[in-house]
Order: sequence, then C-alpha cells, then structure tokens
Amino acid sequence: MSEQSQTAELTANQTYNAEHTNTNNGEHSVSYGTYFMVWLGLVALTSVTVTVAGIHLGSLTLITALLIAAVKTTLVGYHFMHLKFDNIIIKIFVMVCLGIFLCLWILTFADLSFR
Amino acid sequence: MANGSLAHEVSYLKYEGKHKGIAGWLLTLDHKRIGLMYLMAILLFFFVAMTLGILMRLEMLTPGETIMRPSTYNSVFTLHGVIMVFLFIIPAIPAVFGNFMLPIQIGAKDVAFPRLNLFSWYLYIAGAILAIVSLFTGGGAADTGWTFYVPYSIRSAQNVTMTTLAAFVLGFSSIVTGLNFVVTIHRLRAPGMTWFRMPLFPWALYATSWIQVLATPIIGITLALIILERLFGIGVFDASLGGDPILYQHLFWIYSHPAVYIMIIPAMGVVSEILPTFSRKDIFGYKQIAISSLGIALIGYLVWGHHMFVSGMSDASRVVFSLLTFLVAIPTGVKIFNWVATLYKASIKFSAPLYYVLAFIFIFSIGGLTGLVLGALSTDIHVTDTYFVVGHFHYVMFGGMGIMFFATMHYWFPKVFGKMYSEKIAIIACTVIIIGFNMLYFPFFILGYMGMPRRYYDYLPQFQGWHVLSTVGSWVLVSGIVFMFGNLLYALLKGPKAPMNPWGGTTLEWKVPSPPPLENFEEIPVVTGGPYVHDKPTYIMHPGKEGLNGNGVVKTANQENAI
Ligand code: HEM
Ligand SMILES: [Cu+2]
Repeated sequence: MSEQSQTAELTANQTYNAEHTNTNNGEHSVSYGTYFMVWLGLVALTSVTVTVAGIHLGSLTLITALLIAAVKTTLVGYHFMHLKFDNIIIKIFVMVCLGIFLCLWILTFADLSFR
Repeated sequence: MANGSLAHEVSYLKYEGKHKGIAGWLLTLDHKRIGLMYLMAILLFFFVAMTLGILMRLEMLTPGETIMRPSTYNSVFTLHGVIMVFLFIIPAIPAVFGNFMLPIQIGAKDVAFPRLNLFSWYLYIAGAILAIVSLFTGGGAADTGWTFYVPYSIRSAQNVTMTTLAAFVLGFSSIVTGLNFVVTIHRLRAPGMTWFRMPLFPWALYATSWIQVLATPIIGITLALIILERLFGIGVFDASLGGDPILYQHLFWIYSHPAVYIMIIPAMGVVSEILPTFSRKDIFGYKQIAISSLGIALIGYLVWGHHMFVSGMSDASRVVFSLLTFLVAIPTGVKIFNWVATLYKASIKFSAPLYYVLAFIFIFSIGGLTGLVLGALSTDIHVTDTYFVVGHFHYVMFGGMGIMFFATMHYWFPKVFGKMYSEKIAIIACTVIIIGFNMLYFPFFILGYMGMPRRYYDYLPQFQGWHVLSTVGSWVLVSGIVFMFGNLLYALLKGPKAPMNPWGGTTLEWKVPSPPPLENFEEIPVVTGGPYVHDKPTYIMHPGKEGLNGNGVVKTANQENAI
C-alpha cells in the first residue's frame, strides 16, 4: 500500500514539522561503553535488591525494592529504549503512563498499609 | 499507486486487488474490510452467548434442577460472561465501527498500520479458538465466573488455564488496535482537521485507545500469573504459600474497571454523532464532551476498589474508593446534560437510530443510578454478590453499550453496505427490545434486594414469581433482537440502494459514496470548520480542483474566505 505512506506524508507534515524540530531519524551514535556501563548499573542494582530482600526492614523492604525497580526502569527506558532521543510528545506519553502507574501504586498501598 | 484510478471509484465491497474471493477478505489490509470481518466474528459470538443466556434463564424458571446440573450452570455463566465481555462488548464498537469510520471521519485513506490491523483480527480469532478448544479439553469448560477469582481459579479442576490463556491473547488484540488508533489520530488527520475539529467519535476512540494500551497489559500479567500459579505453584496469590488473594482482585479490577470504560466511551461517542445529525443542529458543548471522554478515562483508573468492598481490604481504602467512585458522575453528567441540551429546541427528525439512542439514554440512566447504590460503601454491602449486581451490569453493559451497538449498526448501515432498511420495522423491533429488556432485568433488582445471590442454579420458592417474569422477558427480548437482525439481513439482500447521505449527517463519512470506495477519498479533503456545522460546508472535498494544494495552502482569495 504505497498510497498509505502518501496519506501519512500529506497529513503528518504539519504536525511533524512542529514536533520534530531536531530529530535525527538515522543511527543514534551511542558508544558500546555507555551501554556496558548502564548494564553494569542494572546488574549492581539487581544484586542490591537481592541483598535487601535478605535484611529485615519491615515495611521498608517493599518500598526499597520498588524504588530500585523504578530506577532500573528509568535506565532501561532512557538508554536502551532510546527515550533520550525521542521527541517531546513521546516523553509526555511516557510521563502520563508513569503518572497513572503511580496513582495505581498509591491506591493499592492505601489498602496494604492499613489492612 | 498501482490501482490509483480504480481504488477511488470502485466500492470497497467490490474492489478486487491482488487477491480475489475469500482471500481478498482474509488477506485484506483495508480498514473497512477488516472492520466487517470483525463484525461477522463478533455477531457470531454474540449469538452464541445470547443462547447461553437464554439457557440460564430456562434453568431459573423453576427452583431445583430444570434443564441442567449445577456444575453445568457454573460453566454456562462463566462462558456467557467471558464471551460477552472479551469477545463481544470490549471489541464491538471500536474494532468494527472504529476501524471502519475512524479513518474516514478524520480524512485518511486507512489506519496508520494496516498490517497490524489485520494482525489484531487474527489475534482475536486465535483467542476465540483457544476459548472454544478450552471447552472440550482438560477438565472441561472453566467454572470460575468471568472474573477468575483466586483461590478457586487456582484449585478448580476444570480447564481454567486455557480459558485464561484465551483472554490473554484477546488482550493483545485489544492493545494492538488501541495503539493503531492512537497513532492514526495523531498522524493521519487531514489538513485543517485540528484536534477540536475532530468529530466526537474519534475523540471517544482516542480516550478508549489509551485505556486499551495502558490497562490491558495489567490483566495480561495477572492472567499469566494465574497460569503460572496453576502450573508451578509460584505462590503470588495462594495464601497457603504466603501469597495474597486480595492482590489478585486488585490487579483484576485495575484492568476491569477501566475496561467498562473501554466498553462505554465509544458508545457515548456514537451518541454524540447521532444526536447532532437528527437534531439538525450543532452539538451543544462540543469541547466539554470531547474532554469529558478523557476525564472519564482518567478517573476510571482510580475507582477499581468499589468492586472489592467485601473482599477484606482495609477500611481506609474502602472509604477512599467509595469517595472516588462518585467523581465519575461528573464527566458522565457533563455528557448527558450536553446531549439533552442538543435535543432542546432542535428540529428533531425521528428516525430509527435516534430511537435506539433515546432507549440507550433511558436504560443507561437506570444502570447508572443503580450504580450509585453499589458505589456507596454502606448500601453495597447489602446487595453485593446478589442479582442486584447482575441487574446493574446488564443495564449498563447491555442496555448501555449493547443497545448503542444496535444504534450504531442502524446509523451506519447505509454507509457500510449501501442499502436502506425498513425504519418502521427497526423501530418496532426496538420497542420490543426495550420491553423485553426491562422485563428480563428489572426483576433482577428486586430479587437482589430480597437477597437472591448471583451465580446460583437454584433458589428458594419465594423468589419464583420474579424469576418466571424474568424468563418470559428473555423470550420477548430475543424475539426483538431476532426481528431487528432479520430486518437488517433482509435489507442487505433486498433493500433499496442507499444515497450518499440518507440522514443529513455533516461529518466526512457522509461526503463519500455509500459504500465508500477502497481508498475512501479521491483526494484528501481539506477541513475548514467544526464537524457538526449544518448551515455551511466545512470540508473541501476536491482541494486540488478548487485551487488548493495538498497541504491546504490557499491559492485563491475566494478560498481564503472559506477558511
Ligand atoms: C441475551 C440476553 C442475555 C441474557 C438472557 C443474559 C442472562 C444472564 C444470566 C441469567 C446471568 C447469570 C446470573 C447469575 O446466575 O449470576 C448472566 C450473567 C452475566 N452476563 Fe448476561 N445475559 C444476556 C446478555 C448479556 C450481555 C449483552 C452481556 C454483556 C454485554 C452480558 C454479560 C454478563 C456477564 C459479564 C455475566 C456474569 C457472568 C459471571 O457471573 O461470571 N450478558 N447473564
Ligand atoms: Cu467498576
């Protein structure tokens, strides 16, 4: 369907120009070194999670585990999933998702913490 | 553009591309054909589940065993619920009419990802096949209810694993469709079609799609955990292994409450299309209606706990969830009042689709008001898990979304098939449906209030009167439904040809032939005003011929005035 892309071009043009001021659609040049460091960071955080699970922190255990997971998610999203390079609308999308996700957590904890 | 000239002359029903005959359908990338394939599949499952509903009502005609054993009844209500929810109402309006109308209404030739669109249909079919296979394999049809609550869903000897797997796969179909629509609306709007010039159906689909994309993964993970729990006993939900059964209910309803908005928001979107058409005036409060869809979607994420008031969750959260639940009334009220204001002092043309919409507003209001009884913590405890709940959700799901699905079929039938049906019969059928519906489900409220529990194949003799009335109602309802479909089927085969714009609609789908050509538009139109303006044209259908270039840049002074 070559017509398809035509429509896309036609109509996307206006929004595209507004939103895509400085995107480089080609290869993002990120060195392997950066990826490797991020990966090391993820491994380190995983071992922290495992260690913390062994210590009795009471209700803090869960919170710590979640905070670490949040940091890891951010790293993966930002570096591996290239949010770093994406334009603003995608970043807004992700922020909205995270905002809703946060609400879900708070409300679930309204049950768990007061049960 | 290999078939360029043909593609916007021949109707999408007749067009023959690379593949002919049945392959031309099964391998099609055309959003209209995919929408129709969804329609076929969805109607098939609707009839199956409707038959199961009738069988349940037959069983409830007398106390004790009437036509089936208790274990059969358990499987029948589970199957009825699973099919109605996952295979009928969740996909019905978005996958059929969203697919068909969204690109046309925003002035595009197709959705953003046509292949993904076809793929989502195959996912739907795969999920449906899994659900069917689950009936005959393993320990037999699942008997947990459509909610798959633990601990029973972990212990049940029936084939719960495969049924949950089916729902899991169906979830992916829903996510993919949602994703496709979000991108389509962001990227493929015609020149001049700003966000606030978009018709309200695309607005509703936009809000719905976000719920599909964000909430569905949660049910996916939850159902996957049930499967893992059954197969490997991982102990997330199983209390005897240190798990938390209430966590299951949280996760299930974090999806399933927003899911009720996946069902109803598109239906409300169609109401906002039909009303201005038959009122012959601009919709009242366009922006408020558009934004309220997003408002409902957002608040919809925060109220799931109202399904769990008796689950044993904390008192604090019960109060919070009860309070939050009442917030949903605000955006819903915004819509209802704006609709009524649209009808006020309008020159109303009383046609079949409008008749169904009025039935919807009436029945849905009963559903919504009984929802207040269930949302208020104190009253819910009295009627929870009784027939009152079953009455409530049939009023909102069937009376709301189901009736609006019928309304949508009648509104867009001439466009989709290029044929007219008998409006008189459509209205008579609708009347029979309204009578049957209330006979069938209103007794549920009374029974529930009296203490009749849901999901029981048996009851105490004092309930029989209402049960008999309800069962007779189910026969009336089904006659109405069969009559209605008969009328449409007859029109399909023998109906007169439909004109381009039989109802006097103002949105883009009424500016293209009935049925539309393969690529919808000869030229991508240019939009110069709002969607429901009746007294002057707000679309330029042939911008090229009229001296506008493709990007909507004005060439002549005359056109400048128009824009
Ligand atoms: C043809 C008309 C229908 C009839 C006669 C009917 C009848 C029933 C009956 C008798 C029950 C079982 C009540 C109980 O024992 O707890 C039930 C449950 C249910 N129905 Fe319907 N129904 C119909 C249409 C629908 C529609 C259109 C929907 C959805 C849009 C729907 C969704 C459900 C759901 C979700 C349940 C709960 C299943 C469960 O408990 O797991 N029904 N229906
Ligand atoms: Cu709910």
